[in-house]
Amino acid sequence: MSTMGIQKMTSKEVTKMILNNEELVILDVRNEADFNDWKIEGNNVESINIPYFDLLDDISPALDKIPDGKNVLVVCAKEGSSIFVAEQIAEAGRSNISYLEGGMKSWSEYLEPVKVSDLSGGGELYQFVRIGKGCLSYIVLSNGEAAIIDTSRMIEQYEQFMQEKGVKLIHAIDTHLHADHISGGRAVAQKYGAAYHLPPKDATEVTFEYEKLEEGNDIYVGNETIKVKPIYTPGHTIGSTSFMIDNKYLLTGDILFIDSVGRPDLAGLAEDWVGDLRDTLYSRYKELSEELVVLPAHFGKVTELGVGGLVAGRLGTLYNENPGLNIHDEREFRKTVTENLPPQPNSYQEIRQTNMGKMNPSEHEQREMEIGPNRCAVHDK
Amino acid sequence: MNSDKMLDAKGLACPLPVVRTKKSIDELKSGQVLEVHATDKGAKNDLSAWATRTGHELLNTAEENGVYKFWIKKA
Repeated sequence: MSTMGIQKMTSKEVTKMILNNEELVILDVRNEADFNDWKIEGNNVESINIPYFDLLDDISPALDKIPDGKNVLVVCAKEGSSIFVAEQIAEAGRSNISYLEGGMKSWSEYLEPVKVSDLSGGGELYQFVRIGKGCLSYIVLSNGEAAIIDTSRMIEQYEQFMQEKGVKLIHAIDTHLHADHISGGRAVAQKYGAAYHLPPKDATEVTFEYEKLEEGNDIYVGNETIKVKPIYTPGHTIGSTSFMIDNKYLLTGDILFIDSVGRPDLAGLAEDWVGDLRDTLYSRYKELSEELVVLPAHFGKVTELGVGGLVAGRLGTLYNENPGLNIHDEREFRKTVTENLPPQPNSYQEIRQTNMGKMNPSEHEQREMEIGPNRCAVHDK
Repeated sequence: MNSDKMLDAKGLACPLPVVRTKKSIDELKSGQVLEVHATDKGAKNDLSAWATRTGHELLNTAEENGVYKFWIKKA
C-alpha cells in the first residue's frame, strides 16, 4: 500500500532487515520518555527521536536530521502519528519513506520463528524470537505432535506455524510464573485440549488446574521420541525449572541468559532467593555437560542475536564469558543480583496476577500491560 | 476546575488530540484555560510533554471512566 508516496512496512519486514544487518534510519516520533524507555534496535539501525508534536507546523527539523537517500522508517506508538509525519516528509520531496504498520504495539507482538536444529527421530526445535520485547519461546515438533515452552500471549502466531507443520499441540509448558509478559500457555492448551504444565512452587496461588512440573516426570513429544526433561533450578522464582531437550539443548528460562543472569526480585523475595540463584548457576548447571546448548527465555541486546536471529550459547562458553557466571565472591554476587537492578518490567505485578488467573484483563489492557522492554536480567540497563 | 474553552477529543487517535489541542490553544488569549477530554492513552504523556515543550502550563489532569482530562493554561 502507498499513501501519498509513503510505504507501509510490517514488523516482519523490519525484523528481516535487522537480522540481515541492513541499514535503516528510524525516525521515532513518540515522546522522549517513551523513546528512551524502549525503541527498535539493530546493528545497523540509526535512531532519531523527534516527537510528532514538535513537527505539527513545520517538518523541517526532521528534514534537517534525516539523511537524504537512505531508507527512513517513521515509527510511533500505534501508527497514526507516523503516517502524519511520513506524509509530510514525502511531500517535502523525500523518497524511500515508510511507516511501521501498527507502530510499537505491533513491534512488541511480532514473533520470528528461527529453526534451532533437527532433533533425533525426525523432530525439530524452533525458537520464536519476540524481537521487540526480547522474549524467547520454543516449539518442539515430533511425529505430528508439538510442545510449546514459554508461550507468549499471541497464540495465533504459534497456531499458524503448527498448522503449516501439520502438528497437534499436546503440551504447553512454562518454565516459571512470568512477570514480564502474559503467558499464552493456558489459553493455547485449553484451545487444543493439551496439558498446561507449571512448576508447583510457582503455582501455589493459581486459580486453575495444571500439570505439575517435577524432576523425574519427563515429558514426551511425538510418541516418546523427544524427551523434555525437567530440572529444578530455582532463583528467578522459587519454582523456576529448566528443560533438557533431546539430551542436547538446555532451556534455562529466566535463570541464565547468554550475557547475563536472571534477577531474583520480581516475585518480591530477592533476599530469600539469591542463595537459590547462586546454587543453580554455580552448582546445579555446573554438573551438566559443557556441550549443552543454552536456549534462554530472553535476550537483552540485539548483539545477542546470532545467525538468522538465533539466541543460543554453549554452556561451557557461557561459564567462561557470561559476567553473571564469573562472580566468585558470594557477597559480591549477592550485591550484583539484588542492588542497583534495572527498573522492574512494566505492570509486572498485574502481569503475575493475570498469569495466576486472578485478574482477567481485556485484550487491549493486556497489550498495554506488556508495552516496553522485558528487563528480566540483572544486566538489562 | 474552571476553563474558558472545552475540547472534546474523545475517540480520536494520535496525533489528532494534540493537533486539535494546539489549534484550540491558538484561538485562546494568554492566561486562558483550555479543558481537553481524550480517550487515547497515548495522549496522556504526549499532551503533558507538548505543554512542557511549548511553555503552556498543564494545571491539572484527571482520569474518569477511561476519559483523560487536562486543563492547560495558555502561555
